[in-house]
Amino acid sequence: MSALATLLRRDLGLLLPGGRGGAGVLPLLFFLAVAMLYPFAVGPDAQLLARTGGGVIWVAALLAAILPLEKLVSGDLEAGVFDQLALRGVAEEWAMLSRLFAHWLAFAPLLLVATLPAAALLGLSGETTRTVLLGLLAGTPGLAAVGLAVAALTASLRGGAALAGLMVIPLAVPILIFGAGTLARPDPSGLLLTAAISLGLCALAPLAAGAAIKAARES
Amino acid sequence: MQARLAASDLACRRGERLLFRALSFEAISGSAIHIAGANGIGKSSLIRILAGLLRPFAGTVESDGAMGLVDERLALDQNLSLGKALAFYEKLDGCRDPGRAFDLLQLGPLMDVPVRYLSTGQKKRAALARLLNGNCPIWLLDEPLNGLDAQAVASVETLVAQHCDTGGIAVVASHQAMALPDVRTIDLAEYAA
Repeated sequence: MSALATLLRRDLGLLLPGGRGGAGVLPLLFFLAVAMLYPFAVGPDAQLLARTGGGVIWVAALLAAILPLEKLVSGDLEAGVFDQLALRGVAEEWAMLSRLFAHWLAFAPLLLVATLPAAALLGLSGETTRTVLLGLLAGTPGLAAVGLAVAALTASLRGGAALAGLMVIPLAVPILIFGAGTLARPDPSGLLLTAAISLGLCALAPLAAGAAIKAARES
Repeated sequence: MQARLAASDLACRRGERLLFRALSFEAISGSAIHIAGANGIGKSSLIRILAGLLRPFAGTVESDGAMGLVDERLALDQNLSLGKALAFYEKLDGCRDPGRAFDLLQLGPLMDVPVRYLSTGQKKRAALARLLNGNCPIWLLDEPLNGLDAQAVASVETLVAQHCDTGGIAVVASHQAMALPDVRTIDLAEYAA
C-alpha cells in the first residue's frame, strides 16, 4: 500500500501542470482555443452558439484529452521504470492504476474550470453550463481511462503518439454520445450512463494497460 | 543472507533466432557467475529471463530471494536531481541509510545534478547505488562496467565481492573480464543453438 502511495506521488509530480514530464497547461490552452475559434467560424449568431456550444465544448474536451498521451507511458517504458517496479513486486496493473488517477487529476479539474470561460465565450445559459460541467465530471475519467490504455498499447511503437490520438477517438465515442446527449434530454439518465461507462472503463483500463506493458517487453 | 537461483534447461528465442539452449546452472549463497560471450549472443536476454522480465522459450528459473537489476536502462527521472530521482527507489525499497552507497560510489557531489547531465559512467554508478540500497540478495548485472573508469571498475569489483562474501548471489553478464573471487564463468557460445 505504501508502495502505491510512493508511486502516486511520483506520477503526480510527473504529470501535474508545472510537473516535469506532463503536457502542462497545453491541453487547457488547446481547449480554450477551440472554444474561442468556434464563434469565429460559425458567426455571431447567439442562438446557434447557445444551441451547439455544449457539443463543441465536449468535442474540445475530447481532443484536449489526447494531448497528454504522448508522454504518458512511453517515457517510463523506454527508461525501464516498469522493469524496476516489477522486480520490486509492483505489478504493472497497479502502476497503471496510479498513472490513471494522476493523469485524470492532471487534466480534468483544469478542464472543468476552463469550461466556465469557454461557456461564456459561447454564450451558454447557466443551466446548460451546469449540465456540461456535470457531464464532463462524469465523462472525463472514462476519457482518461481510454487514453491511458491506448497510450500503453502504442508506447513501444514508432510514431505511437499520432496513432494513439486516432485510436482514442472511436473508443471515446460512447462517452461523447451519452455525455453530450445529456444536453438534449432534461432527465439525468444520460449523465448516469456516462458515469457508468466511465466506471467500467476505469476498471478495465489498468488491466489492459498493464497487459500492454508486459507484451511490450516480449517484443 | 540466504538465496538461491537455479536455471534449468533454458532456451531463448528472439524473433526467428534461437540464441541459446540447454543452459542450466545453480547458484547458492555466496556464488558469483560471469556470463561471457560475444555481442548479440544473448547475455542481456539471459539476464532478463533470470529477472522474470522475459519468458524463456523453454526451461524454468527458480529463485529464492529478491532480485535487483542493473542494465543499460537507468530508470531514473531525467529532469530530477540525482538525489531526488534515487529517493523514489529508496522509498520503494524502504532504505533508511542511502548515504553509505553514495560514499562508496563517490556520488555525493552529484546529488544536486539533474540526471540528464550525468555522464555514462556516473549514470552507471547511480544505478549501482540504487542496487546497493535495494538490499537484494540476488544481483543481476548487465554490462555493469560499461563507461566506468579504472577506479570505478575496481570499486564495483570490490562491491560484488563483498556482496558475495555476505551470502549474496551475483550474476554478471559482461564481455569485459571482471576480477571476482571464486567466479564461475558460463560461456554462452557453448550453448549457442
